[in-house]
Amino acid sequence: MFDTLTLAALPAADEALRPAIRAIADEARAAAPSDVRARSWSGFDRAFSRRLGEAGFLGLTLPRRYGGGEKGAFARFVVVEELLSAGAPVAAHWIADRQSAPLILNYGTEEQKERFIPRICRGELVFCIGMSEPGSGSDLASVRTRAERTEAGWRINGQKIWTTGAMHGDYMIALVRTSGTSEDRHRGLSQLIVDLKAPGVTVRPIVDLTGDAHFAEVFFEDVELPADALIGEEGEGWKQVTAELAFERSGPERIYSSVVLLDAWIAHLRSIGRDDPATLARVGDFTARLGTLRAMSIACTARLALGESPVVEASLVKDLGTSFEQELPASIGDDLASHPDEPVDPELYRTLLYVTHIAPSFSLRGGTREILRGIIARGMGLR
Amino acid sequence: MDHSDLLEPFDRMLAAIAAPEAVRAIEHGASPDAMWGAVAASGFLDALVPEAAGGFGLPAAAVQPLWQALGRHAVPLPVGETMIARALLAGAGVAAPGGPIVLTVAEPGQPVVVPLGRIAHHALVEQGDRIGLVEIALDETAVTGVAASLAARIACPPLGEAFGAPPGGLRPLAAILRAALIAGAADRVVTMTASYANERVQFGKPIGRQQALQQNMAVMAEDAVAARIASQLGCAAGFPPPLAAAATAKSVASSAAARIAATAHAVHGAIGISEEHDLQLFTRRLHEWRLADGSESWWNRLLGTARLASDAGSVDFVRAELDAKRPAV
Repeated sequence: MFDTLTLAALPAADEALRPAIRAIADEARAAAPSDVRARSWSGFDRAFSRRLGEAGFLGLTLPRRYGGGEKGAFARFVVVEELLSAGAPVAAHWIADRQSAPLILNYGTEEQKERFIPRICRGELVFCIGMSEPGSGSDLASVRTRAERTEAGWRINGQKIWTTGAMHGDYMIALVRTSGTSEDRHRGLSQLIVDLKAPGVTVRPIVDLTGDAHFAEVFFEDVELPADALIGEEGEGWKQVTAELAFERSGPERIYSSVVLLDAWIAHLRSIGRDDPATLARVGDFTARLGTLRAMSIACTARLALGESPVVEASLVKDLGTSFEQELPASIGDDLASHPDEPVDPELYRTLLYVTHIAPSFSLRGGTREILRGIIARGMGLR
Repeated sequence: MDHSDLLEPFDRMLAAIAAPEAVRAIEHGASPDAMWGAVAASGFLDALVPEAAGGFGLPAAAVQPLWQALGRHAVPLPVGETMIARALLAGAGVAAPGGPIVLTVAEPGQPVVVPLGRIAHHALVEQGDRIGLVEIALDETAVTGVAASLAARIACPPLGEAFGAPPGGLRPLAAILRAALIAGAADRVVTMTASYANERVQFGKPIGRQQALQQNMAVMAEDAVAARIASQLGCAAGFPPPLAAAATAKSVASSAAARIAATAHAVHGAIGISEEHDLQLFTRRLHEWRLADGSESWWNRLLGTARLASDAGSVDFVRAELDAKRPAV
């Protein structure tokens, strides 16, 4: 079953990118303690993202004429793997590079492509994704934020919530209702590019349980947008969002969220010299699963490289990957606390507790565990 | 080189000779000679033997789909074990006997449970850093007492004629075979379970429409795919495999095996644990292969030892141990 997901290797040409991106990732590794680096996805650093842009590491899969690298999905895998395993601060380009730019390339007008993509590739534009609303989480088709046509373009009213990075964002690609009501479900939805500096937009950061504010509420009160804010076809928003989520669900980002903690814990074991059979078995279990998940992620990338949209395969890798990411802090916590006489470095302790507390988000963002398993079940022919 | 054209004829042969009723017959004492004769005549037993020695000269990566097919059909013969033994014997310049061979690691006189030991004529035995062939003579002490099991409890004498064991010994080789067998049986079990869930009606609809079952079956499919990819990793880095590749394959496949069997039985309900239903042919083997040649914790300890000996980051470690040792593309 799912035989298309089969062992693949990273092509030598893409592996060749590794030393240059490693040099940048190593600087990020040296610049911050592990509890800060464990925040990789929410680590916001515009200067770091611009530097990646200058070095040619953003927009890797996009055409050269828009400033991209015109390479494939494997090149992006290598670069993202290096950044995430170092815990580099990627938030300032993450969403724009991964989702917004490919979306604009696929569905945007020529004018939109020229306006946004080169600046994304330079690491200058921060995008966020307006999907969830107070009444719309997993049931995304029930969004109520509404855009009405005006003489000049569009007028939006409504609210988004849990929007990652909105407080730093320059633009939001928002899923809104442009006709009908929430009873109409997938029909009547469209995507609009919203300038977050437009009058009527209010962004309120939401503090999370780790003390960070990585997501926000966004309110739209009679926000006037030009006609070319529409991306793609009016009424085709659902189809576009589904394709966008396939970008989000595949790739190495779904296995490495706890890898900074894993490395910090292994460094602890090595420094303390603990190698009893139970410890060795725990280390070996994590290592075997990491190696397998990485191979599965590369197998999924190989489908992307063939131009497919591996929706089921990506869901499968993401669900297994986030389960691993979540088990790491639980298991490492048990390991450390079952050796109460062993000194634990405060940095490792902070890293453990940060990852422990934020880990529930790993299987929420980009589609919950239960939604993904439903997609896999349909892929198995269960109806 | 592409070897994908080998699988289809091999799989077709297994479907013809190892249908569930044929598997059951051998488990209940019928002679395996005809089934063995068909496999031997196909030439596939020399898949791993170098071409210079008259074999196919295939890399382990090309044989992995064949081993998976053996698991998918629950073939009650040590075909994979014999392939490995014949390759090692050819490498040592030792003539291979014609019959089925199993692999085992056992000090003289130490009894070890060996899958398909009741079928095999010889065991290729590792003692210390030497390996050699031992003729299997079964007596009443060889009986495991496990229903329908073809495993035997074998105690080997000290080796007579012997030669150097491959690096790492026989277990890494047995491990990549077991992982592939598990992956094959897991695939069959997932397919059977999804199909049953679509047919079985309770509360007025197929049970496969119940979200609770869908969620569990999705996890089962994830485990099956992980076992397959881990098995491919195990076979991708050569023959014999590096320790990390063998450990990854057997660890992931073994822990998946027990979970997959459990979910398959939960979905099938009472009929799945009946003798007459085919599910048990595969789930009994999933457990047997999990326990054979080191379970997940045994391999995890070896892999953990290698990991803690390295000062590399975790991603670099798996890249170096799994990727870098594979042929470049």
